[in-house]
Amino acid sequence: MTKYLQVFRIGVQNALAYRANFLFRATFGLVPLLATLYLWRAIYASNPERPEVAGYTLSGMIAYYLVMTVVDALTGVTEDDWQIAADIREGRISQFLLKPMDYLTYRLSLFAAGRVVYTAAALLPVGVFMVWQHRHLAPPPDGVALAAFGVSVVLTALLQFLISYTMALLAFWLLEISTFIFILFAFEYIAGGHLFPLDILPPGLLAVLQFTPFPYQLYFPVGIYLGRIQGAALVQGLAIQAAWVALVYGLARGVWVRGIKHYSAAGG
Amino acid sequence: MTPPSPSPADPDPAPRASRKAGVWHRLRHHAGVYAVLCRNSLVREMSFKTNFLLWIGVELLWFALQLAFVAVIYQHTESIATWSRWEVVLLVGASQFIQQLFTAVFLTNCVQLSDHVRTGRLDFFLLLPVNPRFLISLRQLDWGAFVNAASALVVMGYAAARLGLRPDALQLAGFGLLCVAGVLIHYALMFMLATVSFWTVQAQGLVWGYYNLFNVARVPDAAFPSGPFKVVFTWVLPMLLVANVPAKLLAEKLSSPWEMLLLLSLAGAVLGISGLVWRLSVRRYTSASS
Repeated sequence: MTKYLQVFRIGVQNALAYRANFLFRATFGLVPLLATLYLWRAIYASNPERPEVAGYTLSGMIAYYLVMTVVDALTGVTEDDWQIAADIREGRISQFLLKPMDYLTYRLSLFAAGRVVYTAAALLPVGVFMVWQHRHLAPPPDGVALAAFGVSVVLTALLQFLISYTMALLAFWLLEISTFIFILFAFEYIAGGHLFPLDILPPGLLAVLQFTPFPYQLYFPVGIYLGRIQGAALVQGLAIQAAWVALVYGLARGVWVRGIKHYSAAGG
Repeated sequence: MTPPSPSPADPDPAPRASRKAGVWHRLRHHAGVYAVLCRNSLVREMSFKTNFLLWIGVELLWFALQLAFVAVIYQHTESIATWSRWEVVLLVGASQFIQQLFTAVFLTNCVQLSDHVRTGRLDFFLLLPVNPRFLISLRQLDWGAFVNAASALVVMGYAAARLGLRPDALQLAGFGLLCVAGVLIHYALMFMLATVSFWTVQAQGLVWGYYNLFNVARVPDAAFPSGPFKVVFTWVLPMLLVANVPAKLLAEKLSSPWEMLLLLSLAGAVLGISGLVWRLSVRRYTSASS
């Protein structure tokens, strides 16, 4: 365990070197967010007779995007998948086959370090933005929701990481996997709730999405925070989210074993 | 190339004529270089054919995703400010068209500038007998992006048909000109951000940060209340003009022809400033590895 703490510490050091990049990324990321918020304001203003869109007031809609931004900063995968693919392509994982160090846990420690530094760097721009928009932001409805939100954010981070990790392992078989990373990212972007809250979709479509892991990669914890997912649905959702984490974890382990058999240690 | 012999009627035409011939010669020289660069890019892309097709697929997917967003939004409203559903589709199409043209010609090159500076490869570009900025800006052509630009045109055509628009030749020519201005604005701004790499190694973050701003271009300008956001994204980073103005020209939504003039003159201004910044930056260049 302590060795992974060391990895985490080194990861923080490495990520700190990119703090300016993280700051740019977080700051520029707020611009499209702001444009989307203006878009929603205009939509609500165009329909004065209808104060709610699928159960969201304007304030509720803005709150969705604000909480989503925070959850995304805490859990989003940024560089990890590229680095894993590069490790494999350039033969750098050979050392993990010799050392008593588990590559998945090693990458998870680095992912955690990256998120900590990113969140710290994003704290200033996102924090200013939150304070500016604070009147739309309320705490979760009760302690249960807050606790469930915390649990769900951790599960979201694990799910995000494991899916990207498994995807990056494709590099055992393919030279170039960036297109696959972008395709996955596109699905996560729209079906995960990055672009809009998923429950404004037609109910049939939403029901289909529930069978994929995407809603549990972002939308689900945000829905809990806003009190839109409660009671039985909350318990059931957390169970499904945990099941996805377990499933993808198993998949990641399986793909790794098969990949290692295929691995030829290029350049190593 | 020899300058044309001066005619006896003209007292001293030689310097002017030879300067003109010099410009002509340089243009031809650069056009020839560009043709070779285009061919090289094509050869490079064709050696990874699957990847080439996959990238087109990825871009199409992202475009479809933006259109899906419009479809979802218009499930819940009839209009956004003054914009109807198909007008917004036209706008999203125009934005995609301009963005893909920019991607085709400039994007990779802008992103790579910081690598050239970091690795010292810029030395070679400065030594070659062509204009260095020309070479750095146009070295690689992304052919796949032209396919995606064409798909954006198809979507725009469909939206125009749904709106019952019949743009005349003048409107189409104006649209083309405004799109070129939009591409040049994107190029000039991103190139300026890329030259920041002469000061810090982290400029790539800036360049990708700018890429985020493309998202603003496809939002109807009428959605933005007048305020600092609108001022900045009209006058400093004219994201609210690049796609909105050409789309409005086609949809006959322009409030006045001044909007077009503003876009064109801003393109000129930003290009001019980026030229100055470039010259200033190269002066700071102190080759990395040698």
